[in-house]
Amino acid sequence: MSKPAIEVKNMSMMFNLNSEKVDNLKEYFIKLLKRQIHFTEFWALKDINLTVEKGDRVGILGFNGAGKSTLLKVIAGVLKPTEGTVSVSGVVAPMLELGAGFDSNYSGKENIYLYGATMGYSRKFIEKKFDEIVEFSELQNFMNVPVKNYSSGMRARLGFAIASAVEPDILILDEVLSVGDAKFRKKSEAKIMSMFDKGVTVLFVSHSVDQVLKICNKAIILDHGKIIASGGAEEICEEYNKMVSGGK
Amino acid sequence: MKYLRNFYKYRGLMYEIVRKNIKLQYRDSILGMFWTFLQPLLTTIVLVFIFGNVFGKSSSGVVNYPIYLLCGRLLYEFYSQSTKRAMRSIRNSASVIKKVYVPKYIYPISNVLSNFITFFISLIVLVCFIVFFCVTGKNPPHITAYILLSPVPILILLILAIGIGLILCTLDVFFKDIDYLYEVFCLLLFYMTPIVYKIDALKISSKLFSYVLMANPMYSITEMFRCCVLYGEMFNIHHLLYSLGFALVSLFIGLLVFYKKQDKFILHI
Repeated sequence: MSKPAIEVKNMSMMFNLNSEKVDNLKEYFIKLLKRQIHFTEFWALKDINLTVEKGDRVGILGFNGAGKSTLLKVIAGVLKPTEGTVSVSGVVAPMLELGAGFDSNYSGKENIYLYGATMGYSRKFIEKKFDEIVEFSELQNFMNVPVKNYSSGMRARLGFAIASAVEPDILILDEVLSVGDAKFRKKSEAKIMSMFDKGVTVLFVSHSVDQVLKICNKAIILDHGKIIASGGAEEICEEYNKMVSGGK
Repeated sequence: MKYLRNFYKYRGLMYEIVRKNIKLQYRDSILGMFWTFLQPLLTTIVLVFIFGNVFGKSSSGVVNYPIYLLCGRLLYEFYSQSTKRAMRSIRNSASVIKKVYVPKYIYPISNVLSNFITFFISLIVLVCFIVFFCVTGKNPPHITAYILLSPVPILILLILAIGIGLILCTLDVFFKDIDYLYEVFCLLLFYMTPIVYKIDALKISSKLFSYVLMANPMYSITEMFRCCVLYGEMFNIHHLLYSLGFALVSLFIGLLVFYKKQDKFILHI
């Protein structure tokens, strides 16, 4: 048995919710002197244990504020867990928000290199993939236009094209398949499907049960920072549907 | 070892950000890259015009006032611009840091480095000034083999800028007020550093004030640089030791503070 792709052990994530945001010195000192700085502890995730084997495609379901995105951010290494450990083996490609690394004054072409570098790829590697990225995004005519003039759909397409062109071991998808028109959505779904054949591990957050059923073989339900159910995709989706219709 | 490997992986990002900063800085302006040396040239002319006349004869103790001023101004400009940009770098790239894992120190350091490159380009102005005054033979600067030592003060300044930049960007994440405070501090620094005046031409009555002037590492660095390119003599070894020590200590503090606090950044930006 090889090492699992993702192993999360007793992981908890706590945020301090200040009742008011204090970000200037004067206010800070005044409040400190008056002892008015209150923090409310908020555990976004509590005691999460999750093992994802290589090649597994795990759907993460849950209501708004259940901690889905926080979980993905912790696994992607953006957030450091308050307690517990997370170990990830392999290259992670986070698609948390497409086009987050773009500079709006930069042209599409320049942004491909910048975004690639943000994900830790060398210029040479991106050069090799460049044509593939441009072709997939269908933005051939807009490569020299600054990204600030792109529509949000165009940004998302370019972002997806770059993020999927690299060959990650672990793909983290946070509701990214809901962007673009139906045609591009189909195309990106097909792209992700083709990555499965190469044995990529996927973490997939979506509110659409249908998409989860189509893409995932396993699923978990998060509720108030805890995993309340995990197992095969079909039974979990059924349970989730019950939760939704039960008005819980 | 782990840090080095991580740095190696993301060296491309550093390169891309440096490239981006330089490319975008003058994009959309008609003269483009020319501004990197046009700007110091024009501002130096303004300063020479004003202060050359204000000080009148008292600036005559200086070998060549335009070059004297330009040396100080170029170094000061590099320091203040790069630290200011480094300071804001983490907050400006919040959208990336919140979404993707990247080693965060890349941002302040690459902002200093991109300014370092524009600083290098602007050194062309200095070369032009030196050539001009040597050719015309009016107050020519003493160019000797010591000019080869001029990279020493520049490197010390680079270390200093990185160190201070790391400290500032960490502070800036938690307290935005640093932005405004530092703006004022830079103004203070401009006048506390002998850029437009010569330190021995001042009549300082307060002992404390002169200590403060001497304690300024920018003073040591600009003096060293002028020794190399203007006076043509070996710089004072005390200046070297003091400024190098100061730069290394600030780099050490910067790395330490940044390293300790970097996991908290995301909660505040």
